[in-house]
Amino acid sequence: MSVSSSLAATSARARPGWRAVLLALGAAAAVLPAFLLSDYRLFQLTTVGIYAIALLGLNVVTGYNGQISLGHGAFYALGAYVGAILMADYDVPYWATLPAAALVCAGVGYAVGLPALRLGGLYLALTTFALAVAVPQILKYRGLEGWTGGVQGIVISKPDPPAGLKLSPDQWLYLFTLGVAALAFLLVWNLLRGRIGRAILAIRDHPVAAEAMGVPLARFKTRIFAVSAMLTGVAGALGAIAVEFVAPDSFSFQLSITLFVGLIVGGVASLGGAVCGAAFIVFVPNIADQVSKAAPGAVYGVILIAFLYLMPDGIAGLAARLARRAGFD
Amino acid sequence: MQRRSVLLGGAALAALGASRRASAQQAPGVTATEIKIGNTIAYSGPASAYGAIGHAETAFFKMINGQGGIAGRKINYITLDDGYSPPRTVEQTRRLVEQEEVAFIFNGLGTPTQSAVQRYMNQKKVPQLFVATGADKWGNYKEFPWTMGWQPSYRTEAQIYTKYILDQKPDAKVGMLYQNDDFGKDYVAGVKDVLGGKFDTTIVKSVSYEVTDPTVDSQVVTLQSAGADVLITAATPKFAAQTIRKVADIGWKPMHIMTNVSVSVGAVLQPAGPEKAIGLISADYRKDPTDPTWKDDAGMNQWRAFMKQNMPDADLTDNDFLFGYGVSLTLMQVLKQCGEDFSRENIMKQAASLHDFEVPILLPGIKLNTSATNYHPIRQMQLMKWSGKSWQLFGKLIEGVQS
Amino acid sequence: MDALLHQLLSGLATGGIYASLSLALVMIYQATHHVNFAQGEMATFSTYIALTLIEAGVPYWLAFVATVVVSFVLGLLIQRVIMRPMEQAPALASVGVFVGLLLVFNSVTGWIWSYTIKSFPSPFEGGRPLLGGFISPHELGSTGVTLLVLGAVYLFFRHTRLGLAMRAAAFNPVSSRLVGIRVGWMLALGWGLAAAIGAVAGMMVAPVVFLDPNMMLGVLIYAFAGALLGGITNPAGAVLGGFAVGVIENIGGAYLVGTELKLTLALLIIVAVLVVRPAGLLGRAVASRV
Repeated sequence: MSVSSSLAATSARARPGWRAVLLALGAAAAVLPAFLLSDYRLFQLTTVGIYAIALLGLNVVTGYNGQISLGHGAFYALGAYVGAILMADYDVPYWATLPAAALVCAGVGYAVGLPALRLGGLYLALTTFALAVAVPQILKYRGLEGWTGGVQGIVISKPDPPAGLKLSPDQWLYLFTLGVAALAFLLVWNLLRGRIGRAILAIRDHPVAAEAMGVPLARFKTRIFAVSAMLTGVAGALGAIAVEFVAPDSFSFQLSITLFVGLIVGGVASLGGAVCGAAFIVFVPNIADQVSKAAPGAVYGVILIAFLYLMPDGIAGLAARLARRAGFD
Repeated sequence: MQRRSVLLGGAALAALGASRRASAQQAPGVTATEIKIGNTIAYSGPASAYGAIGHAETAFFKMINGQGGIAGRKINYITLDDGYSPPRTVEQTRRLVEQEEVAFIFNGLGTPTQSAVQRYMNQKKVPQLFVATGADKWGNYKEFPWTMGWQPSYRTEAQIYTKYILDQKPDAKVGMLYQNDDFGKDYVAGVKDVLGGKFDTTIVKSVSYEVTDPTVDSQVVTLQSAGADVLITAATPKFAAQTIRKVADIGWKPMHIMTNVSVSVGAVLQPAGPEKAIGLISADYRKDPTDPTWKDDAGMNQWRAFMKQNMPDADLTDNDFLFGYGVSLTLMQVLKQCGEDFSRENIMKQAASLHDFEVPILLPGIKLNTSATNYHPIRQMQLMKWSGKSWQLFGKLIEGVQS
Repeated sequence: MDALLHQLLSGLATGGIYASLSLALVMIYQATHHVNFAQGEMATFSTYIALTLIEAGVPYWLAFVATVVVSFVLGLLIQRVIMRPMEQAPALASVGVFVGLLLVFNSVTGWIWSYTIKSFPSPFEGGRPLLGGFISPHELGSTGVTLLVLGAVYLFFRHTRLGLAMRAAAFNPVSSRLVGIRVGWMLALGWGLAAAIGAVAGMMVAPVVFLDPNMMLGVLIYAFAGALLGGITNPAGAVLGGFAVGVIENIGGAYLVGTELKLTLALLIIVAVLVVRPAGLLGRAVASRV
């Protein structure tokens, strides 16, 4: 064996090592707050976790697959209402609402993915945005009031921790969310490596070439939409439990814009970016509020623009660039 | 000898320490020098117009502190932006209650937003005082004893209008235009309360609009073609002005009744065209700052002086500043009644013990009353008609029915 | 029958509002291949500037022209100062900047001029309401203005060298530079023109809907829908789309699904059309060679 190849072999053996260590540290850092922070802070972190799952969904379809969706708030809302209705009207336990929301949103996502095949870029963006704008009106519709509770919304309760565990509901929900998030990230990570992941990226970057290489475009794109909707829907169901309330006003078009902002700031096509983006959309509005009561929207807008200047690839993009420079390739 | 002095010294020190600890936190959010109050309101997003209420209250409490505070304590008014989004309201309210440890939440704005935290506040036994919306549900003292509204409920107002219509025009054909949210739907509910089974025959057409709609012209046309001769409009200022103008422009002359939310001379009638609104009927509990009737009124001048002193650049045609001032005065009365006991229980008890309290910016004769079984502080309104130049009050003060 | 006619006229009047903003969206798209989400808020801002001038005593048409010029310069400056650093960034990042601009303009407008609605004068007022009051002189007049601007935009892009240069710069910046087109200034010019058109749209819309900081929020959604329905590559298509959306929305709300679902219906129809004709009714599908 030559020197270079033996060096490569050594580093190849060493690389998974430090990755595993990083992952273990990350897991510990994620679980520890449950026992150190106040209930309120845990609630905030739970919200970050929930948005991270939602952004993961958005990232799958827009970041990795290039189909621009400005309407993911609609899937979030759908998941939230499915969860709330099941809990309030049918006494379904909280953990069972997640798979239910996943199933329903996957189905709707697939249905939305079908016409989306015909549209690209701007047109898809507008169409999905139209969906987001229509959601509050649909939720308020008299005909559905029996299910949705109309403008008054639905009130539900946070679950108590399973018997025996001495945790507060907020602590338990945080750990539960962490578990679901880890599962979601694992699922996506698994999906994206290997042939399927390459095919997905190929569709984004060069659809014609991808098709020429034998990638069944239509089948992939619709399924990706379904997966993405499913993830965001699960996030919505979790969100409903965390907030203990759903109402049409919680899901205005601003939610879709917020998710989109989280996607861009966190970093397109990056799993870690989903977490960074989620932190941005949860914490920066509060910062903007502290800075100015007279025009907090303007402060938020300025911070957003500044972020995009400094990191056009998002936080994850910046981190990747720095990591590359430091030699962690 | 020595031991006794040591013991005495120790006792004195212990007593000193105890009293210092006592002065530290007398009740949640209350110390010997400060009362912490929390508030959530929309400062960003499409509903950010309401932020004016928060600004008015901030200025008000600053003024109170400048005058020495209350019971020797300064008021620390912490107001946070919730962007009119219920999940954010939950987050901000929890921050105020759990992290800032405020004594109570004052004048939180919005029905969906405050609904999201209503159960939480009652579970935690923190007063959700003088909620800033006219939804009827805030008077539910049985299930939510820690929540109280302030302004007359929209539903009550609609009941008053319906009774008036039936009085004046027994076989009226009524059309309704309402904003498609809790505010608008509360009016429909109030009308239904009075009409009962006759709702479907009396209401010839009922149409809604969304806040994102640019105009309501189409809705007005629909209502006219349905043959209505009475129109009840439950719309916010922009759409109310559009409605008034369109009704006049198409030559339609129904008995037009307008929600109290959109009666401001400066914010609705001037833009719409004062001549176009002649004959418009509404009801009010406040004095309108832009109505010449109250030009020299003592109570209004008190408010004007307050604005000039503390918010000189503010737009005086904005009713929200008046609203914030009025609610704050009410709160001061509650705090005064508390004496030295600012525990949450006592604050709630005093809020439910208002007797004939008058607020100078409300119509003469309106008295605030609350009790353990009455959580609607203001229940009186007076009907008024627009003359083209000012609002002419008529009739007597009407008390809303118990809903 | 009467009622239907009235709804139709109402729809055309509303559609005119959408069409005027759609034109600004088309302009910005043709010039930069980006859609500026902040276009509506910039238009509102411009309209407030006009109001400030008018309230200070400046005669209407002078204020009109001054506002258009100021808006043009503002648009230009925004492109040069804020958008230029993003030229190398991924397309999605630019969208993020548009969102940021939207928030900034909306918030600052409310902060400076407060949220009380204000009436805005119309140059076409004074006559009795025409056609039984179902369409006002202003609505007719502003439709005329919209068509005028449409004509100007069309002529500009199809029959002037500058227009051609602008379109080329958007389509293929690299090749354009090679033939001597100053791409940077083309983009800036595009932004300036879009802002100017937006200002005109704002000043035509405000007398109808009343001026407040959130005036264009709802209009933007419909203007977008209209532009895409008609084809965002075609100014005439965008205007047609705007009118179509107005009529569909009104008729649908009055006769088909009631006002509680008319927004949903309008958007459903648009989606349906786009699925059948992805480039819009009058748009041209762009085929690129691989």
